[in-house]
Amino acid sequence: MNTITVIGASLAGLHAALALRSEGYDGRLVMIGEEHHRPYDRPPLSKEFLTGALTAERLSLADAEEIAELDADWLLGTRAEGLDPPSRTVTLTDGRRLSTDGVVLATGAVPRTLPGEPLAGVHTLRTLDDAAALREELSRGQVRVVVIGAGFIGAEVASSCATLGHSVTVVEAAAQPLLPQLGARMAAFCADLHTDHGVTLLTGTGVRALHPDGRRSARGDGAGGEQQRVGWVELADGRSLPADVVVVGIGVRPATDWLEGSGIPLDDGVVCDAGGVTPVPGVVAVGDVARAAGHRAEHWTSAMEAPTVAARNLLAGTTVETYTALPYFWSDQYGIRLQLAGSRAGADTVRLVEGSPEDRSFLAVYERDDGTPTAVLAANRPRPFMRARRELARAGMAAV
Amino acid sequence: MIPVCRIEDLPAGESVRLDLEPPIAVFNADGELYAIDDTCTHQDASLSEGWLEGCLVECPLHAASFDLRTGRPTCLPARKAVRTHPVSVLDGTVWVHIESAQPAQTSHTAAAGQGSAA
Repeated sequence: MNTITVIGASLAGLHAALALRSEGYDGRLVMIGEEHHRPYDRPPLSKEFLTGALTAERLSLADAEEIAELDADWLLGTRAEGLDPPSRTVTLTDGRRLSTDGVVLATGAVPRTLPGEPLAGVHTLRTLDDAAALREELSRGQVRVVVIGAGFIGAEVASSCATLGHSVTVVEAAAQPLLPQLGARMAAFCADLHTDHGVTLLTGTGVRALHPDGRRSARGDGAGGEQQRVGWVELADGRSLPADVVVVGIGVRPATDWLEGSGIPLDDGVVCDAGGVTPVPGVVAVGDVARAAGHRAEHWTSAMEAPTVAARNLLAGTTVETYTALPYFWSDQYGIRLQLAGSRAGADTVRLVEGSPEDRSFLAVYERDDGTPTAVLAANRPRPFMRARRELARAGMAAV
Repeated sequence: MIPVCRIEDLPAGESVRLDLEPPIAVFNADGELYAIDDTCTHQDASLSEGWLEGCLVECPLHAASFDLRTGRPTCLPARKAVRTHPVSVLDGTVWVHIESAQPAQTSHTAAAGQGSAA
């Protein structure tokens, strides 16, 4: 291959590029990124960056020397609009057409939004610019924040807002936060974390609409002009919540719109095998956009690790390796570090191994009916968690 | 020199965290004692809580791995080294000799001067 184009310049795209180089690829490497920023780390955006403990400079995923060593052509602030596999051409928003031999799809995911007119004061949180805009609004004295969605992003944002001294309400449509991820018992633990810290948690109700407060303010997206500012949130059960700032954290969808009609198979992500290889020759997918072997992970660790495997497969022209690591993620909220590894099924039961939710420090294992462990969860127990995670990985290996 | 603990309180495979500024982790790696800055250079996590295997410690948060002998990261996501500190045992007590507040050794000179622990 003479040219490989990596579409998406975040964690997965960067690590695909690093892996291509470390695997010996010395041809042209093109990095396309919609954002103007060089690759940066997203997890702190809802935490240390939002509270002001970390600056943007500290989020960089590669320093100047590493960028130079990568020897890539960076096309930032531009989007890929289309991919034509037969002619091996990538089209950019500005009309440019790039010829390429290999393609790494790493376009990630975009936050879901609520229907209705855009209102100032309503935020999603995915990019550095998103986080900077939200941080700015949180820096003008105490405000009333409504967080819609009590998933990990919502919980972390609520925690950061509470740390900053704001009045915070979290609205969750399900009966408990993180119910599908953690099950009822541990979901109750997560609900308690909110209320422990003076955050109001409203569950079992969705949001019907966001309403303006009647004032107008400068558009938050920098596009000029004015837009109405959010004033209150109308819940599905008829209640209304006054709001100065609204953060919508209701999940993401894979950024695949631009691939419609390209011949790349799409099904809640780019369909690929466990090695990131798509059925289209010369095209691999990594990170949040990839639906690998029927599963689309939205985890930082797989976005960092799987690209190494996909890069090898791309260079080999076929799947010579698969990525089989246990799913793993962590979340920092209200001073608690949660870590979860494995794949919990809905029917699994949870058993405390040490500590207790009441102490806000524990290790728990999820098990099937027959006692087979499927996942481990820890709160502020990093070392026991590491041991349990390794044991789980070994058990999984033995079971294969 | 700062006293850490009695040698018998730091058996092989164990670690001790010293709550200094910045915190320091002391490890017993199969009988050899090592001290490094405790905070992973990648993100805020305590290496004393990490997984010890030979002379390598794996960060409990993102599995970055550091060589206790040099402080250098052996794999991503960490890219900067942690500082190392000499350790000695006198009359059964483990002591750590804190290196002055020099910037951490970095794997790349361009990043020098960014400070030590993240």
